Amino acid sequence: MENIAKLIAWKYGNDRTRLMDMLIEIQETEGYISKANARELAALLGTSLADIEQTISFYHFLSMKPRGKYSIYLNNSVVANMFGRQAIRDAFEKAAGIRFGEVTPDGLIGLFDTACIGMSDQEPAAIINNKVFTRLTPFRAKEIIRYIREGRSLNELVHEGFGDGKNQDPRLRAMVSSNIRRKGMVLSDNYHYGKVLREKLTVMSPEAVIAEVKHSHLRGRGGAGFPTGFKWEFCRRAKGDKHYVVCNADEGEPGTFKDRVILTEKPELVFEGMTVAGYAIGGDQGILYLRYEYRYMKDYLEGVLQNMRNEGLLGKNICGIEGFNFDIRIQYGAGAYVCGEESALLESLEGKRGEPRDKPPFPVEKGYLDQPTIINNVETFATVVRIIENGGEWFTQFGTDDSTGTKILSISGDCMFPGVYEVNWGFNVADMLDMVGAYDVQAVQVGGPSGTLIGPDEFYRTLGYSDLSTGGSMIIFGKQRNLLRDVVLNFMEFFIDESCGSCSTCRNMPQVMRNKLLKILNGRGVKKDLDELREWGKVLQASRCGLGQTAGNPIISSLKNFPHLYEQLLQKDKDFDQGFDLEASVKAANAYVGRKAVFHHHEH
Amino acid sequence: MSKPVIATTSLAGCFGCHMSILDIDERILQLIELVEFNKSPVDDIKTFTKPVDIGIIEGGCCNSENVEVLRSFRKNCKILISLGECAIMGGLPAMRNGIPVEECIEEAYLNGPTVQLNKERILPNDDELPMLLDRVYPCHEIVKIDYFLPGCPPRADLIWEALVALITGNPLKLPYEVVKFD
Amino acid sequence: MSELIKFKIDGTECMAESGTYIVEAARQNGIYIPTLCNMPGVKPKGACRICTVRINGRLMTSCTTPVTMGMEIESNTEQINELRKSIVELLFVSGNHFCPACEKSGNCELQALGYYYQMMVPRFPYDFPQKGVDASSPYIIKDQNRCIMCKRCIKAIRDDQGRPLFAFRNRGNHLEVVLDEDLGKQMTPELAEAAMNACPVGSILVKEKGFVQPIGQRKFDHKPIGSDVAV
Repeated sequence: MENIAKLIAWKYGNDRTRLMDMLIEIQETEGYISKANARELAALLGTSLADIEQTISFYHFLSMKPRGKYSIYLNNSVVANMFGRQAIRDAFEKAAGIRFGEVTPDGLIGLFDTACIGMSDQEPAAIINNKVFTRLTPFRAKEIIRYIREGRSLNELVHEGFGDGKNQDPRLRAMVSSNIRRKGMVLSDNYHYGKVLREKLTVMSPEAVIAEVKHSHLRGRGGAGFPTGFKWEFCRRAKGDKHYVVCNADEGEPGTFKDRVILTEKPELVFEGMTVAGYAIGGDQGILYLRYEYRYMKDYLEGVLQNMRNEGLLGKNICGIEGFNFDIRIQYGAGAYVCGEESALLESLEGKRGEPRDKPPFPVEKGYLDQPTIINNVETFATVVRIIENGGEWFTQFGTDDSTGTKILSISGDCMFPGVYEVNWGFNVADMLDMVGAYDVQAVQVGGPSGTLIGPDEFYRTLGYSDLSTGGSMIIFGKQRNLLRDVVLNFMEFFIDESCGSCSTCRNMPQVMRNKLLKILNGRGVKKDLDELREWGKVLQASRCGLGQTAGNPIISSLKNFPHLYEQLLQKDKDFDQGFDLEASVKAANAYVGRKAVFHHHEH
Repeated sequence: MSKPVIATTSLAGCFGCHMSILDIDERILQLIELVEFNKSPVDDIKTFTKPVDIGIIEGGCCNSENVEVLRSFRKNCKILISLGECAIMGGLPAMRNGIPVEECIEEAYLNGPTVQLNKERILPNDDELPMLLDRVYPCHEIVKIDYFLPGCPPRADLIWEALVALITGNPLKLPYEVVKFD
Repeated sequence: MSELIKFKIDGTECMAESGTYIVEAARQNGIYIPTLCNMPGVKPKGACRICTVRINGRLMTSCTTPVTMGMEIESNTEQINELRKSIVELLFVSGNHFCPACEKSGNCELQALGYYYQMMVPRFPYDFPQKGVDASSPYIIKDQNRCIMCKRCIKAIRDDQGRPLFAFRNRGNHLEVVLDEDLGKQMTPELAEAAMNACPVGSILVKEKGFVQPIGQRKFDHKPIGSDVAV
């Protein structure tokens, strides 16, 4: 066999910073990355095997062991669980005859868990060889396994037809639905593709573009809310050989999926926004960092980019602007939530483990390949186009004083109409629940696991950077849900799995907290445990990145807003219990030597 | 006023911590003036005969008997001290933690390099024997412990200073050189 | 050369060249800020978080943050010390640190910080994780039970072609630092020695070279860590 590692490395110019592309291609071609291939890559790229392995082992979708000709990744996010994931998991296991985490002996089928795949409005869902299967039922799970065994092609497995809107595009043909239920300025049908580039950029200086964005008071839509205009200005002023525009499409916060919908329905809007940014900061290269879960969009998005090149909206001297050259390439992640953190994303872009960087320096000074780089969310770029089209002043009439414009929400969980809603900032939670048809609501998780869990007495609160800040994830929990066991525990497991592990705090503390939560859930909690959870969680504030700093939030926030759920589980008659169980702890040894437990009760 | 009563025991430990108690040398005469010993290997009193003020625990818990003794200490003593690394964190016996208990038993009685006579492959399972725990537990993960004196063994000076401070109510002095984990 | 600037640590006036990392600038002014993952000569990566200080209300790692003019740094405060002590304790319970049986005992920086903060018992439950020992290299032993993922060996130890001998593997609480299976077999005795010296704990040991210094003559037997800095 021709050495695949050599071919693929050559394709990317034996460039160490393109290691992610190489690994993904080997993984997709071979079903895994063999040690021989990793060794070959190390030799070609002038590094050690361990160095290649450290990148591979960081990413969930890369593996050094075969994952099966058909690798089934079943989402394990909280919403999937709420809508019957366990039954589907069981059905897959039974039909395939293996457990999750295993591959069938014939190497045909592998079953794996995976964190939120951005389909919370159509769960339970799974990814099979980069194709998304939504709204799964146990019947479908059995059928999929049967079809695979019958030798049917992947396309034949998708026999239920395709989703709405652009999901039916021949290059996409995805089972996914966009579920857009409310449109505002960004999702508006009144978008004339290329108009801003042709009519506005040609008459505006880069400084004028930045001034307009600043005037709009647009703040980053990914969650952190940094003023976009200032970010662009800092980057434009920073010295460097090249300036880069990076679009963060790594939406991994469980419960968020609006970037997937924007990229499906309005990819041109996002790419046009990136091009505007490139013009503003003086950059000629844009990179869309797309999470691997959305790999099914590859051909579609490449096609859109090619169209834009054909129409002169990307490439050299764009729209006749002399010297304005800009193009966009797509870089895929490979399954790591932390890569949504901008500096971790940069590391990943450079072919490394997605470990956040120390700041300062900030990406606007030293970003991709140490050059000045702006990183903005998909929605931010999309919004910029409307701002340049209509003016910053026009934009400020929407939303509130400190949060201008609109916000696109991903709403899921216990409601009649999960999907994507674009609302003006300042919208309150109660109205949101009425809008989506959510009744008997116990709690809403605002901003995903790293955000806040609020109860009905806080539903008067409004969405905005100064009140309920959110990147867009809204998960609704009805009265029937067990918040601690079904929600908080799931979120803690998520953070434990997704920590990069670099900081001592985030590597260890979420696990300590999860164990304590389990102890309380198992009826062994005492009052001291709650005090300790509150106190110990503070250690996480010393973590480097936002993921680490918020990794205790599921517990901290539910303990603050739902203390009674914890208190009712505590033992009333005890103030000390470390959870030790004598009978349970002698069980294994007794069983092995073949004796019954008899306890000598000490005389006192 | 009657003298404070002290009890001591060694659970899953090597008795090194008790040796270190004796290492306070001639100060032991002073100690005898200050306190009365109850259940302890030092005076060979086997059971509690009166309420105890200070219980000193050496060793962690590796079997059911350790747990029972520790619990009876908690019941009978006002103050409990974990003395030494084994009591505090399991110590060397806890190096088996992380290895399945079945493997530990096999190594000890069937497959270990020093096992030669167990031809019938008998595993100890008499009801009179303590039952092995799944892992070795630090004492404070089973009962509430009031004070911790680290070391392997804790330095005699640390034990002496701590006891005197407890008995007299004076503040505890902890010079750098007396607190060590080895 | 860059200019000399003034800044304050816990209210004490200090001076250093601008751009100096806080931890080094503090050292130059006779103030000890504890570190574990930091290592002179290699690019810092605030991994252990021990050197956390508070600046303008924000927690920052002093090994990665340069001093700037007029900066006011809180370091030796009750709150920060409590945080650092928690981190030391967290590192103790998340590994298998059996000091009495460790060749590095007495010379171990993690243990020395345990002494520095008078850790009598960690406040967190012991995890007793299952970890392995890699003795495949002819020169060194890599004991994962004691590794604190400080990354010092990863950054500092490279062969003559610049290839790293150590690397991370996995992520989150499955994170490990592993020795390259090919390069580990070819490493020179000098590199093995350097790797052991780069390790702040007893995770990297040169084979057949344990317990060289007798108890009483080890680095931290008589003087606390940082006593070479503090004036």
